[in-house]
Amino acid sequence: MKYQLELNGISKSFGPVQANNGISFAIKPGSIHALLGENGAGKSTLVKIIYGSVGPDEGSMKWYGDSFSPNNPFEAREKGVAMVFQHFSLFESLTVAENIVLGLDDVGLNDSIVNKIEKYSIQYGLSINPHQVVGDLSVGQRQRVEIVRCLMQNPKLLIMDEPTSVLTPNEVTDLFVTLRKLAEDGCAILYISHKLEEVRQICKHATILREGKLIKNCNPQEHSKDEIAEMMIGKKIIKLTRKNIKHGEEIFSINNLNLSSEDMFGVNLHDINLSVRKGSIIGIAGVAGNGQDELMRMLIGEDRAPHSTLIFKGKDISKLNSHQRRQLSMFFVPEERLGHGAVPNMGLDENMLLSRPSSSRMTRNHIIDWNQVRRLAKDVIETFNVLTPSVSAEAQSLSGGNLQKFMVGRELIQSPELLIIAQPTWGVDPGSANKIHQALTDLADQGSSILIISQDLDEILSLCEQVHVINNGKLSPSVDMESNGLETISQLMLGASIQ
Amino acid sequence: MNELFIQIVLGISIASTPLIFAAIGELVVERSGVLNLGVEGMMIVGAITGFAVQFHYNNVVLAVLASIVAGMMLATVFALLTQVLLTNHVATGLALTLFGLGVSAFWGRTYSKVTVDRIDAISIPGLSDLPVVGPLVFSYDPLFYLSIMAVSLVWYFLNKTKKGLILRAIGDNHDAAHAIGHKVVRYRFLAILFGGAMAGLGGAYLSLVQVPIWVEGMTAGRGWIALALVVFASWQPFKVIVGALIFGGISILQLHAQGFGVNVDAQYLSMLPYLMTIIVLVTLRVRSKSKSDRVMPHCLGKVFHSTQ
Amino acid sequence: MIRLQTRTNNSNAMVFLSPILALTLTALSTFFIFFLAGVDGFGAFYVLFIEPLSTKYNFSEMLVKAAPLMMIALGLSVGFRAGVWNIGAEGQYTVGAIVGGAVGLYFYEVEGFWVLPLMSLAAIVGGMLYAGIAAFLRTKFQVNEILVTLMLTYVAILLLSAMVHGPLRDPDGFNFPESRLFHDSATLPIIWEGTRVHIGLALAVIFSFLTYFWIKKHISGVQINISGSAPRAAKFAGFDENKAVWTSLLISGGLAGLAGLLEAAGPVGQLVPHLPTGYGFTAIIVAFLARLNPLGIIFSSLLIALTYIGGENAQITYDLPSSITSIFQGMLLFYFLACDVMIRHKIIFSFSKNINHE
Repeated sequence: MKYQLELNGISKSFGPVQANNGISFAIKPGSIHALLGENGAGKSTLVKIIYGSVGPDEGSMKWYGDSFSPNNPFEAREKGVAMVFQHFSLFESLTVAENIVLGLDDVGLNDSIVNKIEKYSIQYGLSINPHQVVGDLSVGQRQRVEIVRCLMQNPKLLIMDEPTSVLTPNEVTDLFVTLRKLAEDGCAILYISHKLEEVRQICKHATILREGKLIKNCNPQEHSKDEIAEMMIGKKIIKLTRKNIKHGEEIFSINNLNLSSEDMFGVNLHDINLSVRKGSIIGIAGVAGNGQDELMRMLIGEDRAPHSTLIFKGKDISKLNSHQRRQLSMFFVPEERLGHGAVPNMGLDENMLLSRPSSSRMTRNHIIDWNQVRRLAKDVIETFNVLTPSVSAEAQSLSGGNLQKFMVGRELIQSPELLIIAQPTWGVDPGSANKIHQALTDLADQGSSILIISQDLDEILSLCEQVHVINNGKLSPSVDMESNGLETISQLMLGASIQ
Repeated sequence: MNELFIQIVLGISIASTPLIFAAIGELVVERSGVLNLGVEGMMIVGAITGFAVQFHYNNVVLAVLASIVAGMMLATVFALLTQVLLTNHVATGLALTLFGLGVSAFWGRTYSKVTVDRIDAISIPGLSDLPVVGPLVFSYDPLFYLSIMAVSLVWYFLNKTKKGLILRAIGDNHDAAHAIGHKVVRYRFLAILFGGAMAGLGGAYLSLVQVPIWVEGMTAGRGWIALALVVFASWQPFKVIVGALIFGGISILQLHAQGFGVNVDAQYLSMLPYLMTIIVLVTLRVRSKSKSDRVMPHCLGKVFHSTQ
Repeated sequence: MIRLQTRTNNSNAMVFLSPILALTLTALSTFFIFFLAGVDGFGAFYVLFIEPLSTKYNFSEMLVKAAPLMMIALGLSVGFRAGVWNIGAEGQYTVGAIVGGAVGLYFYEVEGFWVLPLMSLAAIVGGMLYAGIAAFLRTKFQVNEILVTLMLTYVAILLLSAMVHGPLRDPDGFNFPESRLFHDSATLPIIWEGTRVHIGLALAVIFSFLTYFWIKKHISGVQINISGSAPRAAKFAGFDENKAVWTSLLISGGLAGLAGLLEAAGPVGQLVPHLPTGYGFTAIIVAFLARLNPLGIIFSSLLIALTYIGGENAQITYDLPSSITSIFQGMLLFYFLACDVMIRHKIIFSFSKNINHE
């Protein structure tokens, strides 16, 4: 039979990172086909290749039997590929009709378009008002605009990137009705998601990626959730490497933290409760986009939390900024290195100043003691084996792994009583990752507490003695590792609701 | 009809026309998301070019075309630097103004004591002879009518054509426009060129209609006023005309203010348009928070990096 | 098509070559323009760039012009580093002159060493308050400071005109729109005998070093840098973004205001409508040419001042309009901006129709 889209041996690298490695699968016409995998598995790169935004290094594609290699999105759209972006590509100051026209080729703005829009919206149950300004629409409504825009191209393949992450349960149900109708009408759907529950509801075909490779093509409805989870996340071996686990009293707690995100694409935090004892390593597992960013911003102090939600060493630190928190011996390593944890075009020595409690003696009466700064920088570089030509080399000249070592080291030499770190080894070479893990366990052995937020389950399981899962802004209670711990974690991560 | 009244109305329209040209050009540029501080430089280059060509060839059409080309040439430099080489917009725009002022002064040094035939008011058969309306509305020079037409065309382009829609989209969200596949740099480049053409035209009006002589620095800050005008008009084409009439009107009224027995107040009166522009800016912001009503092009001034 | 490709490491060679390349290109272009205009290229060149350095008078005048440029540019460079675009230094300069000058006129004929410092203080405060308007609007309402400061410049110039036509007008001046000449206690002391070089130059150089040390040694100076380069990192470090905006605008407003007073109380000697001569805008060029480095500003302000004097000389000798300097200044900045791109990027000329390139 002719497949709508065939991929053969698609490979793509960005520098040292191999995003896609020999991916081959096929999508049947009129089918709803899931593309599963954790973040970083290679899903978005693959999709960009299909949509023509990026070209593959190796491999080929076929569209309904004919060779297919789009040079740009225009060519892909011409063939019949349509895409609903995860964060949408809409223009807030323009109306719905104008937004739709912009995504269509060879179409002008006139009454017939407005009629067509209404026709499609009724046909597929996606109610939208062509004359409304997009800026006034809710997220769910905006997604409908994105979808209608795609549908009016009469696509044969509709790619949807994490479509339900911003929808309410009712909206999800409505969306699924629409998708089924589309498939019935002959349009294939490539449904990208990490939400297992939903995928099993709506997809009969799935392709599972992990670390850039294809793991399996299967029918998700024929496998148990555990089997699929294992395929997506891989077989994890729980091994603890800590020698000296001694717990003290509670040093830090999050109490009933609720947050409404101002960002439309942000995740609201609901009733987060967490207790951290002295000397323990706590892990928060979860796929990216479930509230980790929002939580991290609260913990660092970039966003202020409501009163009495964050208590550290008995003090209410909810309203303190990051510098004030550092003075109390609470330190942080954020997920994003360049631009957030480090200033790209400044030297490593200057970057030391981002984390400068009085105890570091890097400043005295607001005057910087550069000798001390450089001394500390050298300390960090030597202790953590940061490969760099000099202490004043620009942060952006370092490799990811080395910069991460630097960022971790910068906080560790302050002997933090509490270290909060997000994605400690994301994009980091194995050698550096190892070093970082060792440094973290050493720190806890000395009596400090660590809170790790990570997508990497391997990492969480090997470092943490207490694991929570964050999903859709809710934090699970500590998972009992004794009975089916791994399965519980996987399911929580992949969409089972947190009670 | 009161002679003085007609004179004032005429004066206001003549004062407004160069502002209309320069502002409508910059409006298109800003709708695409670019802030070009070099309007003053492009205007004055247009002024000297138009004047010089008219002086040598006594051909009004040629002179006007030449001024358009001159404005566009200067605009090309700005476009190349900011859109292709990604230089700092503020610095580049200022350099453009400075350079334009210098080049025009240098070239114009031999033309400081000569005059040319100015572009005269035209009379439209039938219409110009109408009582009251005739002298008030239908007896201006052709460039004035051209300026109104330019505004209308820009309005039509932005609101009724697909390409105008794409331009507006680029000014709203250049990343999304790029993701869909629209050519951001190309549109901005062309918009900048159009801005240059209009600024050049506005400058030519100064040296060929308003006063048919050349004086070094004769734009006297009108390019900067045009920038204010665009904001004052909330980036809407027809409001540019209103704003230009106000800004132009104030300068004319100030001239006549002495005659009306008002002296010191003239400066304070002249401050009003600028203060009002600031108020408009604040109001837009305050409104846009509660209504998510985006009047100012959201990407105005942001640098566009096309990434893979 | 021309394309930019980011280098992995900044090219150290280009850091030095770029200004030299820019100067060379500018010189060649100026030559070319002269040639086209039928002016003796070498001669004009001498008059523009060499002659200003050749006599005591010329050299001193260069210093006189450099002082306000330096002072304003210092303030602006702080703001630019923080991503705060103060385009209205000309307005703050004017307000400083008005306020400081008014104080001087209030104490007309009152002797005392304290008059001048008081005037200076008033000028600084005046400039600060004026720039503060933009800071307030930006931090409270996120209003673009480029447009606000620009509009306020016009208001300031009109205000000056209103003042010298009215309240500050010299009662014995035959109704000319100018203020009294500042009396002795309100005039700047000359630091170089026989020239107009006044204490303002010394102050400017001192400020230059102060600013340099502040940016390098004081934590709030470093904060300015970080806020401009990486706002998220600034938040991470616990820096307050609004503080950076206020600090930048207050400093640039204060320095510009002071520069305005120094011009009024120095070379000009009184308040006149044409006091604002564009230093506020030229200072922006000075700041960029120095790559926003406070010490570099000493040199770039001298360079730009040099072109001013050269331009005046060219006017006398060759009957060239004095705004020939504008050609040079504008071109220099163009070339400089373009050449500096090559520090971070390689410029590639390619004609391939590639995926995902425009």
